[in-house]
Amino acid sequence: MMTPDLDWQAELPHVRVGPADFDLGTEVAALRAGDLGVGAVVAFVGTVREWQAAHGQPADQIGFELEHYPGMTERSIATFMAQARRRFDVRGLRVIHRVGPLALGDQIVMVAVSSAHRHAAFECAEFLMDWLKTEAPFWKKETVAGQGAWVEARDIDAQAAARWSVPSKTDGATA
Amino acid sequence: MITVRYFASLREKLGAQEQVQLSELPVGCTVGGLRDWLCERSTVHAQAFESVRAVRAACDQVMCDDDEPLRDGVDVAFFPPVTGG
Repeated sequence: MMTPDLDWQAELPHVRVGPADFDLGTEVAALRAGDLGVGAVVAFVGTVREWQAAHGQPADQIGFELEHYPGMTERSIATFMAQARRRFDVRGLRVIHRVGPLALGDQIVMVAVSSAHRHAAFECAEFLMDWLKTEAPFWKKETVAGQGAWVEARDIDAQAAARWSVPSKTDGATA
Repeated sequence: MITVRYFASLREKLGAQEQVQLSELPVGCTVGGLRDWLCERSTVHAQAFESVRAVRAACDQVMCDDDEPLRDGVDVAFFPPVTGG
């Protein structure tokens, strides 16, 4: 276990996990508000992409759902954020992740980072997304015409996270 | 008492959670040992765990390895590799 003194709880107010949708403009404005030291904002939004079996199917036959582990989800995201803050020269961080039933094209996740200079914001946003894809306890289930299938984890996501040289199974959330 | 939670495909097969008495488990049991014990005791568990390519675990809401030691009151979760984002 590394960095046991990581202050993940300080990041919790900037994490939102729940069914509600979000507005990117509103979130970015909130991130920038009152901080004139911000010179760059990078925001990433992930959406529900049409998968192969869903193509051409009527909308009422297509289901998409995100399950999560309440409590651990927020805690693990806050831990990545605390690690990101230690690693990159950033100012504001905000992560939103939706759960429950969603439709094709819906927003799923937002990561927004503000910093003085752009490189830190770009890198930090990628770092957070790579961690989130491989370490945060969310699971996607896709259903077509009553046939449900859990989405399989992709090796490419693990490789993306590995390039930050972070341990794949344990993180800094020790206390 | 240990709470064991399951998520995603494991939850569908085993239910959301169950309780295990620490005294039922071998002395010095780890998270990996708990998984093995559950599978030895019930074929439903064995089949459920077998169906997942690489089961992961968390102890008190923090990702952990198989060698994580158990203690009374701990909350253990088993789940498939995560697919959020």
